[in-house]
Amino acid sequence: MKPLRIYAVAYLIFLYAPIALLPLFAFNDGTIIAFPLQGFTTKWFAELSGNKALLSAVGNSLFIAAMTAIFATLLGICAARAGAMADFPGKRGIIGFVMLPLVLPEIIVATSLLIIMRQVLGLDLSNWTVIAAHVLICMPFSIAILNGAFQNLDPALEEAALDLGENRWSAFRLVILPLVMPGIISSLLISFTISLDEFIIAFFLTGTNPTMPVYIWGLLRFPGQLPVVMALGTILVTLSILLLALAEYFRRRGLARAGVTDSGGFL
Amino acid sequence: MSTLISLSQVEKYYGDYHALRGIDLEIRSGEFFSLLGPSGCGKTTLLRTIAGFEGVSGGAIRIDGKDMAGVPPNLRPTNMVFQSYAIFPHLSVAENVAFGLRRSGLSKTDKARAVTEALEMVGLGGFGKRAAHALSGGQRQRVALARALILKPKVLLLDEPLSALDKKMREQMQVELIKLQRQVGITFILVTHDQEEALVMSDRIAVMFDGEIGQMADPETLYRRPASRRVAEFIGQMNFLQARIVDDAGASLMLEVAGLGRTRVEASQATADARTGACVVGLRPETLGILFEGEAPRLGQEVIDAVVDEVVYYGDMTYYHVHIPGVAEPLKLSMKNITGRPVLDIGTSTRVAWDPRALVLLGG
Ligand SMILES: Nc1ncnc2c1ncn2[C@@H]1O[C@H](COP(=O)(O)OP(=O)(O)OP(=O)(O)O)[C@@H](O)[C@H]1O
Ligand SMILES: [Mg+2]
Repeated sequence: MKPLRIYAVAYLIFLYAPIALLPLFAFNDGTIIAFPLQGFTTKWFAELSGNKALLSAVGNSLFIAAMTAIFATLLGICAARAGAMADFPGKRGIIGFVMLPLVLPEIIVATSLLIIMRQVLGLDLSNWTVIAAHVLICMPFSIAILNGAFQNLDPALEEAALDLGENRWSAFRLVILPLVMPGIISSLLISFTISLDEFIIAFFLTGTNPTMPVYIWGLLRFPGQLPVVMALGTILVTLSILLLALAEYFRRRGLARAGVTDSGGFL
Repeated sequence: MSTLISLSQVEKYYGDYHALRGIDLEIRSGEFFSLLGPSGCGKTTLLRTIAGFEGVSGGAIRIDGKDMAGVPPNLRPTNMVFQSYAIFPHLSVAENVAFGLRRSGLSKTDKARAVTEALEMVGLGGFGKRAAHALSGGQRQRVALARALILKPKVLLLDEPLSALDKKMREQMQVELIKLQRQVGITFILVTHDQEEALVMSDRIAVMFDGEIGQMADPETLYRRPASRRVAEFIGQMNFLQARIVDDAGASLMLEVAGLGRTRVEASQATADARTGACVVGLRPETLGILFEGEAPRLGQEVIDAVVDEVVYYGDMTYYHVHIPGVAEPLKLSMKNITGRPVLDIGTSTRVAWDPRALVLLGG
C-alpha cells in the first residue's frame, strides 16, 4: 500500500507541478523564470492585451476552435445516430475507422494532411485547412460522447413520437434532440478545447496567420517574452479547465435525465 | 359488430427467422382483443406490424377497410401504449399528453381542456404540471394511456402494459382498463403473456405459439374447450390422461380413458384431430371433487377411488394431488374450504367424483 501511495503522490506532482508554475510566474515581477520570486505584478497581463499579433492569433484560434466544434459535433451526431440504429453491414468496421484518429500520432496526421492539401489538392493553407484537420481529430471524441447519449435513449421514445403523428424529422427534433442536447453541448465544449490548444497540426497547416499555440511557440525564442507566455498560459489553462468541467457537467446531466447510471466518459 | 381490423396471411421474416406464419385475424370494432402467448411467440411483432413499426413480409393488413401497406405509423388510425411507456422525460405530464395534439389545429384552450379531460379520465387529475420522470410506474402507465387516448384512435394497441407493475397495482389497473375501454368504446388490442390477465380482460383472445395462432375464441370457450393440448397446457391447469376412442358414433364417442375406464362424450367435446389420431383426455382440476364423509356424487358424476399424494393449503382453497389406480401421474384437483370440510392428510384413501361432460378430448 505504501509504495503505491508514494507513487500516486509523485505522479500527481510530476503531472501538475509544471502547470502550477504557470500562474506563479505569470504574476512574478521579473523577466527571468527562476526562484526566488520577485514580487507580485499584473503587468504581463497588461502587456498581453497590448500585443496586436498575439490578439490576432487568439482570434484565429477561437474562430478555428468554434468552427471545429460545430463541424465535429454535427458529423458526430450523424455517426452516433447511425451507430445507435439497427445494425447495417460493416457498421463495426466503419465506426472503428472513424475512431482511428484517436490513436494515430498527430505528427503523421499533420504530415500526410499537409501533403494531401498542398500537393494533391493544391489548396492554399488557411484557417480552413486547420479546421478540416481539427475536425478529423476531434470527431472520435465527439462520437464517443454522443454515442453514450444516443445509446442511452429508449428507442420506444422515437416510436412513440411517430405514433403520435410526428414524422421522422419532427420526432428527432422534438424528442431525440432535447434528450441528447447535454451530450451535444459536452461534445461542442470538448472539441473546442482540443482544437484551441492543438499545436502540431496547426503548426503544419496554418497559413500566414498563426494560431495561438503556434504564435506562443514563436515567442519562446525571445526570453524577455516568457512571462507574457506564462500569463497567456494561465488564462488558457483556466479556460480549458472551465470548459472541460462544463462539458462533464452536461454529460452527467444528460445521463441523469435519461435515468441511467454513469458508465465511462473522459473525466 | 363490424370488422375493424383484418389480417390475412400475414408473414414476417427477420432475416431467416420466421416470426409470423400466415396470421389470419379479424378484430371487431369496439372489442377488447388480446394476443396471448409465451415469450418469443411473436405477439409484439404482430402488434408492431399493425401499428406500422414493422413492415410485413407477406399478406395484408386492413384497418377500417383500408390497406395499410406502406402507410407509416403516424398516418394509421392506431395509437400505442409501449411496454416501457416511453414517456418523454423532458416534458411535463401535461406536455406529454398534449404531444399528439400538436398537429390537430386545436386552439390553446381547447387543447388544455382536452388534456385535463384525458388526465381525469385516467385518474390523474391535477398531475399536469408534474415532471414526467418523477412519476411512479402506475402513474407513467396512466400518462401513456391518456397520451394515446387523447387522439381518439380507432384502435389502441397495448404491449404488456401491466407487466412492470406489482401484483396489486396490476389487478387494479386491469379493472380500470376494462372500465376505460367500455367508457371510450375504442377497440383495444392487448399483448400479454399472462393468461389470467387475458381471461379477465378480453372479449376475445388469440393464443399464439411460434408465430402462429393456436386458437382464437372468447375466454370461456378458450378455457373450457381448448383446441389443442398446447392451448390447454398454456391456459390454466389441466390433467391429461391417455385415452382411446373405442367407438365413434358421429354425434357421440365412446372412450377408454386410463384410470377412469369407459365413458361416453359428446362430439363437441372432441377436437377434429383427436378423432383421427392419437388422443388424450383433459380434465380441469376444479371439475374434479373429493367426496368427503357423507357427500354423494351429483347427477351425472362418476366416482373413482384415490389416495391423497400431496396437499397444498391456500386458505380459501386446498389443492390436492391424488393417485388413482393405473395412472402414474397424480391428478391435480382443487377444493373450496367450506365450513365442515376437513383438510385431508397425505396418504388418506378417499373417493373422487368426476364429470364426463367436463372432459375434453384432444389430439396428441
Ligand atoms: N428486430 C428483430 N430482429 C430480429 N429478430 C427479432 C426482432 N424482433 C423480434 N425478433 C424475434 O422474433 C421473435 C418474436 O419476437 P416478439 O418480440 O414478437 O416476441 P413476444 O411474443 O413479444 O415475446 P415477449 O413476451 O418476450 O415480449 C423472437 O424470437 C425475437 O427474437
Ligand atoms: Mg413482447
